[in-house]
Amino acid sequence: MAASALETEKLCKSFGALTVADDIGFRLAPGARHALIGPNGAGKTTFVNMLTGAIPPSSGRILLGGEDITRVNQAARVRRGLGRTFQITTLFRKLPVLDNVALAIAERDGVARRMWKAASRYSEIIGEAEQLLATLGLSADARTPVQDLPYGRQRLVEIAIALGLKPTVLLLDEPAAGVPSQDSHHLLDVLAALPTEIAILIIEHDMDLVFRFASRITVLVQGQVLVEGTPQEIAADRRVRDVYLGEATHA
Amino acid sequence: MSGYTSNPRIRPQESLPWIIAIAAFFLLPEYLSLGARILVYILFALSLDLILGYAGIITLGHSAFFGLGAYTAGILGAKYGVTDPFLQLIAAAAAAALLGISTGAVILRTKALTLLMLTLAITSIVLEIANKASWLTGGADGLSGVQVAPVLGLFKFDLFGRTAFIYCLVALFFGWLLVRRLIYSPFGAMLTGIRENTARMHAVGAPVYWRLVLVYTLSATMAGVAGALLTQVNQFVGLNVLGLEPSGDLLVMLILGGVGRLYGAFVGPVVYLVAQDYLAKQYPEYWYFGIGVLLIVVVLFARGGILGLFDKWLQALSRQRSSARASAR
Amino acid sequence: MILYVISVGLSVTMGLMGFINLAHGVFAMAGGFILSTAMTRLGLPFPLAVLAAFVVVSAGSIVLERLLYSRLYAAGDLAQVLFSIGLILISMAVARLIYGNLAAPVFLPDYLRGQVHILGRDFPTYRVFLIVFSSLLIAALWFGVERTRWGAMVRAAVDNRGMAQSVGINTRQLFMATFALGSGLAGLGGALGADILPVQWSYPFEHLVYFLIVVAVGGLGSLRGPFVAALLIGVADTACKYWIPEFGAFLIYVATMAILLWRPMGLFGVRA
Repeated sequence: MAASALETEKLCKSFGALTVADDIGFRLAPGARHALIGPNGAGKTTFVNMLTGAIPPSSGRILLGGEDITRVNQAARVRRGLGRTFQITTLFRKLPVLDNVALAIAERDGVARRMWKAASRYSEIIGEAEQLLATLGLSADARTPVQDLPYGRQRLVEIAIALGLKPTVLLLDEPAAGVPSQDSHHLLDVLAALPTEIAILIIEHDMDLVFRFASRITVLVQGQVLVEGTPQEIAADRRVRDVYLGEATHA
Repeated sequence: MSGYTSNPRIRPQESLPWIIAIAAFFLLPEYLSLGARILVYILFALSLDLILGYAGIITLGHSAFFGLGAYTAGILGAKYGVTDPFLQLIAAAAAAALLGISTGAVILRTKALTLLMLTLAITSIVLEIANKASWLTGGADGLSGVQVAPVLGLFKFDLFGRTAFIYCLVALFFGWLLVRRLIYSPFGAMLTGIRENTARMHAVGAPVYWRLVLVYTLSATMAGVAGALLTQVNQFVGLNVLGLEPSGDLLVMLILGGVGRLYGAFVGPVVYLVAQDYLAKQYPEYWYFGIGVLLIVVVLFARGGILGLFDKWLQALSRQRSSARASAR
Repeated sequence: MILYVISVGLSVTMGLMGFINLAHGVFAMAGGFILSTAMTRLGLPFPLAVLAAFVVVSAGSIVLERLLYSRLYAAGDLAQVLFSIGLILISMAVARLIYGNLAAPVFLPDYLRGQVHILGRDFPTYRVFLIVFSSLLIAALWFGVERTRWGAMVRAAVDNRGMAQSVGINTRQLFMATFALGSGLAGLGGALGADILPVQWSYPFEHLVYFLIVVAVGGLGSLRGPFVAALLIGVADTACKYWIPEFGAFLIYVATMAILLWRPMGLFGVRA
């Protein structure tokens, strides 16, 4: 087993004269519950996009399970076990919830290429999808089109798809964004119940969620890692308070 | 319609097109050559629906494959004495597949306008080649005297189009079978995924580009067979199977019938070609006008085409019935 | 160069509104017909007739935009393509009904005919006029876009419509005005070019491919792009006809493909 589930070495990104990521060294341990926080414009989204392969870094390396994936494209990274959810729900809105998840499972299993037998006859895929939906409390909505669901439940479908891929590393991009407070309890429970083998990196602004969920926190400010440590260390760190938590309590 | 929660069983209504076709064979013997033409265009429309309705690729260049298939069959039959109809079909399919995979691999990395432009460019290039290489293609005059041997050695292509009609019907049947299987398979669900949200498909690990190339090649092959059928039925091939016009016509037919719903490809060509046969002869200037207006009306108000309207009507009916039932209690 | 005048409007509106408008040639055709009608039926002098073409087409395009185009801004690529095809078909039918099968007759005023002697060689006066005019046009457009407030708003909206809206730019009016300008320019181009590209009912369809090539190769949303692309096409066309007449249009298509594959956004494309 590799020492880290996901790792970056000296990761940099510049758009012309603008540097949005500066020498980021980051380690995600296997089975981690790690959070990435930082004020707006800190470069969190850029960092995540580099991790998933949506944008190429200007320099530096990215390693997944010890393997260099810096030049590997997005879909290939997913196949190697790097899953993500999107900050803005990116689902197949007109399709039923079950189909959304089944598509992901079919890709993982290599079934998606099959052209002869009807999709609805692949009982293993459908069964697995239904089980997954059950663990997230979405069974009742299995045949409902995603666009008919309340937003909070759509965010859960995002997570369901990512889980369907059986990733080794899961990047959750602001899973609580836009979720009304009565639904965020359920979301918290779901996150707490996620399989322990998966290394999870969560990007969030909701400090409540971050402190309850994460065992390690990295603070990103202006493209650089300011500090990294346990929630207690971060909460006590004066610099972090000045830069970030001070804003949050006034928000 | 496709996907993991859909029911792939053949519904009784789905036998309707075949019943109508066979009825037409017996009841409308004077119209069989028009009928064969309609069947060819249905096959052509099915091939376009596969990439347009399911994978979401907008193309104005599908005539390139249709025309290539048509000319392959024509050249073999008129110039090289290859008259067996199945051999001609296979050759046409192979040629179209080759063009499909080579152009698809190159252009499917692009999107939207650039892609549209490239498809136009390709079909224009094929048209130019056909135009200039008149020693092979007959140029602007086309190739007449395409020899087609009797099907299975028994059924000669007669003047009334009887053999042609049944021949095309059988070909269409196989095409339909293949497309239907594909749509309900996991591959079909995956295509729908690409159309609905390409970003999400990348994010579940789908090699989107290669899947698109594959379906594009399949679609091209089918279009090529359709083109070859047309040549065999007419025993002639001319430049009008290439270029912007047949692509545009096909697009109109498909939209009219309803995109992305399998049977739109059946309804559209029937309505369009029958109307064209009658109206375009009577009022040629008004034909384009009418089609243009119809197109705009469909785009603005009836995006799902004829079948879409039909669906809405059925929904409205069932709502009426259930509210009538509710108030009767 | 005519291609440039006609297509620059298309580049801006497509880049700005993201609307795939294949019917742009319709406005050019209208311009040509208006010029012809104005001169032959109304007896207007050439400059006035050209102006009339610009104004009438602009006005007409505003009507179309308000009534039809604006409904389809969010409708997706396919709907827009189909809509513009429908528009082409309708206008071709109408043109045929009104003007019949022949090209609209155009009579250039005497002072624009004949030859002009420049640098020891003879050039057709009209072509020289067109080149001068197009250069002035691009200069005026460049000035308008780079230096005026309107131009700044257009550039902002092309770059990022959402942002522009939240900054208070009325994108609806901006679209309308820019669309009118773009279509008017098409009408102008059609009118000026009527001598070289004969205006008849099949015009929008015949030349569609060329307009699209100029815009796609030049790059959506740019002003210089179509200029360079039109120039390239003109040169390539003449060169081909001179050296390898067998392959004419063929080479242009191949070149287009090559350029688009190398630079999918066009040579000077703005959109990401």
